[in-house]
Amino acid sequence: MSFGIPFFPQEASSEASQVDALFYTLLAFSAVLGLALTGLVVGYAVKYRVGSPADRTGQRSRNMWLEMSWTIASLIIAFIFFGWGATLFVRRDHPPADALEITGLGKQWMWEFRQPGGQREINELHVPVGKPVVVSLAAQDVIHSFFVPAFRIKQDAVPGRTTHIWFIATEPGHYHLFCAQYCGTQHSEMGGWVTVMAPEQYAAWLNSQGEGETLAASGEKLFRVLGCSGCHGASSKVRAPALEGIFGRPVALENQQTVIADERYLRDSILIPKKEIAAGYEPVMPSFDGLIDEGELQMLLAYLKSLSPQPSAGTKP
Amino acid sequence: MTSSAMTGTYLSEGAGPRAWLLTTDHKRVAWLYLVSLTAFFFLGGAMAVLMRIELATPAGDLVSDDVYNRLFSLHGIIMVWFFLVPSIPATLGNFLLPLMIGARDLAFPRLNLASWYVFIFGSLFALFSVVAGGVDTGWTFYTPLSTLYANGFVSTAAFGVFIVGFSTIMTGINFIVTVHTLRAPGLTWFRLPIFVWTLYATSLVMVLATPVLAASLILIVLERVFGIGIFNPDLGGDPLLFQHLFWFYSHPAVYIMILPGMGVVSEVLPCFSRRPLFGYKAVAMSSMAIAVFGFLVWGHHMFVSGQSAYAGVVFSFLSFCVAIPSAIKVFNWSLTLRKGEISFETPMLYGLFFLGLFTFGGLAGLFLAALAVDVHVHDTYFVIAHFHYIMVGGMVTAYMAGLHFWWPKLTGRMYSETAGRIAATVTFVGFNLTFFPQYVLGFDGMPRRYHTYPPEFQFWNVLSSAGAVVLAIGYLMPLFYLGWSLFRGARATDSPWNATGLEWQTSSPPPPHNFKSMPIVTRPAYAYDMKGLEHERFSPHLEAGR
Repeated sequence: MSFGIPFFPQEASSEASQVDALFYTLLAFSAVLGLALTGLVVGYAVKYRVGSPADRTGQRSRNMWLEMSWTIASLIIAFIFFGWGATLFVRRDHPPADALEITGLGKQWMWEFRQPGGQREINELHVPVGKPVVVSLAAQDVIHSFFVPAFRIKQDAVPGRTTHIWFIATEPGHYHLFCAQYCGTQHSEMGGWVTVMAPEQYAAWLNSQGEGETLAASGEKLFRVLGCSGCHGASSKVRAPALEGIFGRPVALENQQTVIADERYLRDSILIPKKEIAAGYEPVMPSFDGLIDEGELQMLLAYLKSLSPQPSAGTKP
Repeated sequence: MTSSAMTGTYLSEGAGPRAWLLTTDHKRVAWLYLVSLTAFFFLGGAMAVLMRIELATPAGDLVSDDVYNRLFSLHGIIMVWFFLVPSIPATLGNFLLPLMIGARDLAFPRLNLASWYVFIFGSLFALFSVVAGGVDTGWTFYTPLSTLYANGFVSTAAFGVFIVGFSTIMTGINFIVTVHTLRAPGLTWFRLPIFVWTLYATSLVMVLATPVLAASLILIVLERVFGIGIFNPDLGGDPLLFQHLFWFYSHPAVYIMILPGMGVVSEVLPCFSRRPLFGYKAVAMSSMAIAVFGFLVWGHHMFVSGQSAYAGVVFSFLSFCVAIPSAIKVFNWSLTLRKGEISFETPMLYGLFFLGLFTFGGLAGLFLAALAVDVHVHDTYFVIAHFHYIMVGGMVTAYMAGLHFWWPKLTGRMYSETAGRIAATVTFVGFNLTFFPQYVLGFDGMPRRYHTYPPEFQFWNVLSSAGAVVLAIGYLMPLFYLGWSLFRGARATDSPWNATGLEWQTSSPPPPHNFKSMPIVTRPAYAYDMKGLEHERFSPHLEAGR
């Protein structure tokens, strides 16, 4: 039955075959249990139909041993499936350190991506085969969801925070990219294609796109244009925390607490600077809420992250 | 309904709109609900059929994207809050709860009538939203789409749902108090029919969960109308907070919907097998376990929302736990058939179909609780198939089983058995044709709420759309033969199925105050294996020798 009728979706990422192994095991288990129960019920219905000569002696309406054993068996099977699914799932939080970092922004109704070298794409995403890729996701307006069925991955892009998804593409080709979270009028049009290419072809493709400006470089320009460098710069007269190497480091706050300077902290410090004030500094920073959009915020974050030495994609504290 | 031959019944106790609209008789209030809910069911169903016709082709050619988005939003809102949540409790539950426990009425008859008026008042807001231009947020009202970006009549729809919530709470409180205080002498907790247990469990969830829904909907209206920042990140809010609040209600609400259906099936299967329910206590207790665990699993709707992965792990674990009591029930129902005298009247057909559809819907729940698999199938047609198997294949099938089972008691009339069996079978075939292909579509990656889709998904969509037409026929048929039976049906005896249960011990239809004398209960529920039980229940001196 393969006359253009899809049964089994393509597997095109390292995740896909592992998710499918669990899926098909669940499918086999469900088929066996479901059909066994169906067989049992149909069998009883035929055998014990009214007027049938079947033997009805020894009726029981409770059986402690039987009830205990199916309860315990259900528990054991449930815990096996739980453990298997959870083990695969928690890896989402731990992308390899050498992953290629791509930024994705969802807005009504398109996906905008930026390659590490700054090349921009709309509703298209080019990635090399065999190399881990992290996509940092943000949303401009409402919640969207980055979904590539052939990779078996999905992650919501939520306004006001950065989320991450990573994958290793294994098969060169052209794969659907969907928005999975309902986002308004043209939700079903919001999507495009992920193109997986051999590394040489990917490099050639990047070249053909011209020298884009990296996200961090755009962020650095913005850092000056918005006047951030006026206070946070090295030669500034106003006392403001130096931002070199801040990303991923603990920051002491005025209220005696300590927070890690992750994306959430940096984002909030730009938009709601009075929320968490660094110890020893006057709360003089103005809020940039409403002055910069989500894309510009991504640039600033990329710049701040670039000031820290270690590769930091998607690692969460 | 001619009253000449039905003197002395609740149906003959005064005619005309006034006698019905101002009644406090739980049996008449049940009818008020039955008529209103039937209207909503067919309204929501018509929207579903329109959507399925649109989806027969990949392009968006029948309706525009805005119209399509309004169709699925209103289909969800109407079906969930204006049909599924009240369906069995407000109709069959209202009618049967006092009869099953030997009471003259519910504990608060006037509150019961008030709940119907609140329901109608709330539903007017929802209907206004439909007429005025619709809602395009989906039934889930996710923020910030619903608060900042949607251009439909969100506030009125949300306010309608908010008001209807109060009617739910009123019904819940009424049922809880009734079960606690109005049981007939001898009717101990473990002699209660499972239907009463499930109504009790569902009422607890209604009373505890609905206020959270009310709070979250009010917060949406506050943010939309007054610009107070709660969910909008630009105002310092958090969009995920809404999802937590919403699912804290809406996941338990799934159990509000399915538990009474489980109760109906637990009445029907023993009756037509002539066997007591297998593992009665396990079934009763698993209903309570579902009601409790149901509160602890809301985060399984949010595995890919940006919620912490470790929260996801905990919610996955608890979701697997809540599967256990449902599995136990399926095993118990199946074993009930063993060594019975099984006959296949219409309610039994629906009951058996419930068993199959609920099983295959529940098994799909295991896929969704398994984290890594959920990441792939979340927000796809796999989820749509799963909850329609539970909510339509399970709950609506059980509702049809109950409606046919107690129809003689409700009306004093018999319907055409042949028509009933045909309708049940058509529904079963149509249902599977509609929703089974959606499992495949979801695994293949077709996202839900899509007005247009890539052409490779068309094959399964065409099957599903064809199924929807068959299913619609299956649901329309009872409208005609049950309607016909009201006027031309044969007179029903007091207990046409020869069932146990106090409701069968009084006349069909029952007198205004249910029983001519106070019933006294001396036997466990489902005493189908004891001989000559029918009239013993009224005779305290015939204490069964056990």
